[in-house]
Amino acid sequence: MIRFAIALVAGSIFGAGLAFSGMSDPARVQGFLDLFGNWDPTLAFVMGGAIIPMAIAWLIQRRVEKPFADTQFSLPGTVNIDGKLAIGAVLFGAGWGISGLCPGPGLADLAINPLPALAFVIAMQTGMAVHRVTN
Amino acid sequence: MLAAFPHAMPVEGLIGGLMIGIAAALMLLGLGRIAGVSGLAARATGIADSGAPRNIAIAFIVGLPLGAFLVSLATGGVVTRFPPSVIPMILGGLLVGFGTRLGSGCTSGHGVCGMSRLSRRSLTATAIFMASGFATVALMRFGGLL
Repeated sequence: MIRFAIALVAGSIFGAGLAFSGMSDPARVQGFLDLFGNWDPTLAFVMGGAIIPMAIAWLIQRRVEKPFADTQFSLPGTVNIDGKLAIGAVLFGAGWGISGLCPGPGLADLAINPLPALAFVIAMQTGMAVHRVTN
Repeated sequence: MLAAFPHAMPVEGLIGGLMIGIAAALMLLGLGRIAGVSGLAARATGIADSGAPRNIAIAFIVGLPLGAFLVSLATGGVVTRFPPSVIPMILGGLLVGFGTRLGSGCTSGHGVCGMSRLSRRSLTATAIFMASGFATVALMRFGGLL
């Protein structure tokens, strides 16, 4: 129950941050990616702002045995850089540029602009399901 | 320098970014998990078999629109400018869904959580998806689609 509550609070703060920072606006995200247009640097500030607390969190993580509400850390240990990582990132970046949305903002926008966001989220889940079936 | 970009929102961006980072830190230090939205979304809908417990994934994913809704209420509305056509949403969504699963993460998992951990995989993935995003939008601009 406490873990469910923590995840809900974390998701809500995350979604609030996306909306407050302008990252739930597809045109603003696309504006960051539009180097040859009316470039909008906002996304760089968001990324910088997000990395600061997270970098501190990693420093703390190394000094504690377990998370405060769970029995162990469950972190990805994969190290090799392979074709899947690269091709996946190329495809994701293309979809990000075309729509101006990545998974977080797409889901957050369900509460702000439900119809186009729902089209994106359904397509995203379909893409994930296609990956599941083909891999 | 920022005066050259009057439409930018550096202060809101930084504050919103800090909120995102604090949320990711809470997931890491509270539950021992990466706040990777693509992975949690796949887990919440059952597309992924492994990863966070399903109720944790569902709670985080439900929180995203909830938090955005609260900001919208508190600030009197959040601007979202979508393309007039649904086609970019469908095409973009398919590529984002397939690509994030194949590449094991998105802007949150690789970009925020992985880069701050100095993970070579995440640094590589982020460099590639950013480059791909820049290239895609450049093609759209020169192709008259923007």
